[in-house]
Amino acid sequence: MSDVNKDAPVLELRGVTKTYSVKQGLFGAPKPLTAVNDVTLTLGRGEVLGLVGESGCGKSTLAKILLGLEAPTQGEVLVDGERIDATDRRRLARRIQPIFQDPYSSLNPRKSIEDIVSLPLLVHNVGDAASRTKAVREILDIVGLPARVMQTYPSQMSGGQRQRVAIARALIMKPEIVICDEPTSALDVSVQSQILNLLGDLRSEFGLTYLFISHDLAVIEHLATRVAVMYLGRIVEEADVAGLFDQSRHPYTQALLKSVLTPDPGMGVPDTELGMEYPNPIAPPPGCHFHPRCPAAMDRCKIIAPLPIPTPDGHVECHLFDGDGPEPVRSIS
Amino acid sequence: MADMATDPLLADITGPTPGQMLRKRIFGHQGLLIGAVVLGVLVLVAIFAPWLAPHDPYAQSLMARMQPPVFLGGSWEHPLGTDHLGRDYLSRLIYGARVSLLIGTVAALISGVIGTAMGVAAGYFGGRVDAVVTFLINVRLAMPVVLVALAVVAIMGGSLQVVIVVLGLLLWDRFAVVMRSSTLQVRGREYVAAARAVGCSTPRILMSEIMPNIVNNLIVVVTLEMAHAILLEAALSFLGLGVQPPTPSWGLMVSEGKNMMLFEPWMVMIPGVVLFVLVLAINLMGDGLRDVTAPENRS
Ligand SMILES: Nc1ncnc2c1ncn2[C@@H]1O[C@H](COP(=O)(O)OP(=O)(O)O)[C@@H](O)[C@H]1O
Ligand SMILES: [Mg+2]
Repeated sequence: MSDVNKDAPVLELRGVTKTYSVKQGLFGAPKPLTAVNDVTLTLGRGEVLGLVGESGCGKSTLAKILLGLEAPTQGEVLVDGERIDATDRRRLARRIQPIFQDPYSSLNPRKSIEDIVSLPLLVHNVGDAASRTKAVREILDIVGLPARVMQTYPSQMSGGQRQRVAIARALIMKPEIVICDEPTSALDVSVQSQILNLLGDLRSEFGLTYLFISHDLAVIEHLATRVAVMYLGRIVEEADVAGLFDQSRHPYTQALLKSVLTPDPGMGVPDTELGMEYPNPIAPPPGCHFHPRCPAAMDRCKIIAPLPIPTPDGHVECHLFDGDGPEPVRSIS
Repeated sequence: MADMATDPLLADITGPTPGQMLRKRIFGHQGLLIGAVVLGVLVLVAIFAPWLAPHDPYAQSLMARMQPPVFLGGSWEHPLGTDHLGRDYLSRLIYGARVSLLIGTVAALISGVIGTAMGVAAGYFGGRVDAVVTFLINVRLAMPVVLVALAVVAIMGGSLQVVIVVLGLLLWDRFAVVMRSSTLQVRGREYVAAARAVGCSTPRILMSEIMPNIVNNLIVVVTLEMAHAILLEAALSFLGLGVQPPTPSWGLMVSEGKNMMLFEPWMVMIPGVVLFVLVLAINLMGDGLRDVTAPENRS
């Protein structure tokens, strides 16, 4: 079990839903696309929640909602018990910071590394120019970059170096929570583990809480204390990392785990051996969204959406566990 | 841009800065250099007109009307001859550079401010703002510039100020279109999301994250619209609805010379050629700048 302090969650999501309205074609009527569907999650201080799922399942959308970059259609997000839509943007920015996937896109090419890393200090009026420079030098040292990079530009750096700059920018204001949205999947394999180790070290050094998004369970296993598995906007299973890897419950989780055993050196979607391709999120399958790809699908899976069934260390949404779970309260979705 | 397999942190960061690369590309681009040199010379001529012009551009001399330039057998007293009122053609040409460049610069500035504000707002905010701006652009594109300018000048009376303001208020469409699409492109980059997540205000994001990354496109449009405004001024003046006599404007000089075109073709050709050279130089520069400042599209 992880060192969760259930009494004082740093980050709490309650029934968060995000629906986009997407227009298909020139004259098509806008259709709703539910990118995040009724997500309830809790992160204790110092926890690392791994969020795993195929590309397009809504991981980045969830990250944007947590960062206050997108407003949820329904539900609420609380940071330290405070609703983020009622929190001043700058206050929120001091507590929660992102590290994005693509370090080639996350650094402004027209700015020097010093300007990029010191931007948070500037925006929050911290110190004078000299003390900001000093702080930049310190944080660069912590993420393993020499001070001489301060006057260089992103285009002069490698992907791994750029990602270190992005980490420095995220950490310079000493946030409590860091949202890592696939921070290594755009990097060379040789650099990925360096960045992962760095993130692990920084977590203990600064007492950070991570939401660590990845489509790769191997990465999650390396770093996370808890895991949430996402499918078509829903968290279909949540468990402690040890529990999940020892005895996963949901057939989707099992398929993902299988794909870890046959590692795919590419950066794409894991090969889940599920045969069918990922469903269209505009027209999700009825009943359990996963049933068309599920090897254990039963008749009721096609009609009735499963409910979250509590487990000793989390929950699972699957009719296979209906028997030992409580009676359904939610009907067909 | 591959990571060093060994220790990427020890890999030296020795590549050129974006500024150095830009300088290198500028000095490696012939069209840009030629355009810049020609334009630079013309700007200097305009600035130092009082010292360069051999005569007063307004001084008439009925004794010395329509003298040919030296290369057609004229005298060095009037190297490019005199016009139908005996005014020194070279001096009028030199002062005419002031009119063309002033109109080009100020009109491009006015339309640039209007169009950039509209385009960036539309691209960044999207939604209703975008719908309104797109509508305004379409309205503007449906208006024929020359006819509208003619009508306004006909009502307001022609003068340098009126021409500048009318052109400035008419030529913002390309700025708006280009800035809108550039902003749309840059808005989705993750550094903009990172800036928002850091707590940057919208004005700061627009000024320090968006603008520096679209300013190269802006410069290209500035050159295009400068050339556009200069040509439109010449056309309006030629039609008698632009800058009014006796102001030395190249378009007006062509207009005044057109009656003599069969007998004294140089009176039309000299201002025509200078106009052509100026516009060509500006366009060469614009093309060059576009090539040089878009490293993402080239390398
Ligand atoms: N701004 C948007 N407008 C419409 N649809 C969107 C938008 N952002 C994301 N989506 C859709 O939401 C779904 C989830 O996307 P995303 O959160 O980026 O997935 P992930 O990060 O897991 O790959 C996708 O189907 C995507 O097409
Ligand atoms: Mg994503």
